[in-house]
Amino acid sequence: MRRRINKDWLLAGLLISPSVLAIGVFVYGFIGWSVRVSLSKWKGLIANYAWAGWSNYEKLFGDPRFHIDVRNTLIFTVFFLTGAIVIGFLVAVLLDQRVPGEAVFRGIYLFPMAISFIVTGVAWRWLMNPATGSRTSGLNLLFDKGGLEFLANRWHTTPPPWGIAFIALPAVWQMSGFMMALFLAGLRSIPDDLREAARVDGASEFQIYRRVIVPLLRPVALSAIIILGHISLKIFDLIVAISGKDLRLDVPSIYMWTTTFDANNYARGASIGILLLVGVAVLVVPYLVFSLRAESEI
Amino acid sequence: MRSRGRLLYLFPLVALAAFYLLPVYVLTITGLKSFAEVDLSRMWQFPSGLHFDSFRAAFEALRPHLRNSAVMAVPAATISALLGSMNGYVLSKWRFRGANVIFTLFLFGMFIPYQSVLIPLVLFLRRIGLYGSIPGLILVHVVYGIPITTLIFRNYYATIPTDLLEAARIDGAGILRSYWYIILRLSAPSFAVALIWQFTSIWNEFLFAIILTKPSNWPVTVALNNLAGTQIVQWNVQMAGALLAAVPTLIVYIFLGRFFLRGLMAGAIKG
Repeated sequence: MRRRINKDWLLAGLLISPSVLAIGVFVYGFIGWSVRVSLSKWKGLIANYAWAGWSNYEKLFGDPRFHIDVRNTLIFTVFFLTGAIVIGFLVAVLLDQRVPGEAVFRGIYLFPMAISFIVTGVAWRWLMNPATGSRTSGLNLLFDKGGLEFLANRWHTTPPPWGIAFIALPAVWQMSGFMMALFLAGLRSIPDDLREAARVDGASEFQIYRRVIVPLLRPVALSAIIILGHISLKIFDLIVAISGKDLRLDVPSIYMWTTTFDANNYARGASIGILLLVGVAVLVVPYLVFSLRAESEI
Repeated sequence: MRSRGRLLYLFPLVALAAFYLLPVYVLTITGLKSFAEVDLSRMWQFPSGLHFDSFRAAFEALRPHLRNSAVMAVPAATISALLGSMNGYVLSKWRFRGANVIFTLFLFGMFIPYQSVLIPLVLFLRRIGLYGSIPGLILVHVVYGIPITTLIFRNYYATIPTDLLEAARIDGAGILRSYWYIILRLSAPSFAVALIWQFTSIWNEFLFAIILTKPSNWPVTVALNNLAGTQIVQWNVQMAGALLAAVPTLIVYIFLGRFFLRGLMAGAIKG
């Protein structure tokens, strides 16, 4: 019996070992390798691991293009997170009122999650067509016809720094349904007794949301921020599909792509990759450690 | 009074639904217009009839790439789901010392920006001779799919009572037998979740696809982006192409949406 169990533990190790090996190499090994490239002088098609210290990072911190990237990421993040979370939360509250056809609405709000950012980008590049005069089209045309000319604008071709904020519109279109689903699940997990009790105490519906429900949804909101935040740092395909490699809408992941694979500046590309990783890690690691600790207490 | 209040809630919900459906409306009506009708200034108008010219042209251009996507996404989703199932089983029912640490290290792999591993990935695939090929892309999707599939299966297996396995163990079943006869037999729902999630994300993926494959092996996302980036291809063809590229995952979403939703919520970790 004892031997059998020991053998089982060994087999357990064997079952999981391919994945441990794969993650060990492809995630942690490759991160280490990237760090090494980022500390090298590798520029050009031939590998060159000559030591460069932190100089690639220092150059990036002084690089105007990287400054634009950071600014664009910040602006995008603010608009994207605010839009997706506010819309997601409000829709969840509305749907939570047991409206007729709830399932249909949910289905419609969530379907953009199932399609590619590239498809979204192709559709929205026409909706956000900035052309004017007789070539007006997309949403601007719709605004013209609906007597809402004042809403017509240049979308993502708005002069910097605000052009990038319009990229958040299709991103919100794609991700706010997910936020709705998260918040709705959160709302549904709040026991009705709690609302009843507050109602009995004479609280108005608004007060119930403000004082009871919103505080209880804080963990959900935190998840939402982490999920959207890391997507926001990595945003790449959507921008490429809407505007190609437009420098005004540049973000670190596009810079990494062009500098590495178009300009063969591997050392700089690796540095940008590692900086992105640091950004994501700052956001995600505390969250992972926290959720795991909370779980092992159960 | 209460029902009138509910109708008031309906108004913003309907308006919002229109906003979500707007791009689909444009893609569809544009795709269905004849080449003669395609005019930016009339882009919101209905087509005069059903014309499939644009879809035909888009399909002609995207066909090999739709095939590439299928040949890539199906095996990649299947293999990563199988690995996830094995990992989930071990990490929920055979929790050796350090199992939680391994799980957390796996999970972090779900969030990393792939830019931070991209250069070694290219160098590695070149060295093993898979750079530019579909098998290379499958390998990459399998590996980076392990975190989410492990998470899905681990959370699901945690709900299977340990007593069941305990009883089997007393009857002399070892780890593999328990896995085969008990766990796998109960795994259908989580396989549905993992397969659907993986299929959708791999089909929709762009970064690995554009960097790691050569043009003839491009999945549909890369081919579509390329189609949309050229001036030669008319925009109605681009829109029809976008719809074609979205059809497989939309079908999955429409018919198996609840599994998709569960995958989505699993990705939120606490779900």
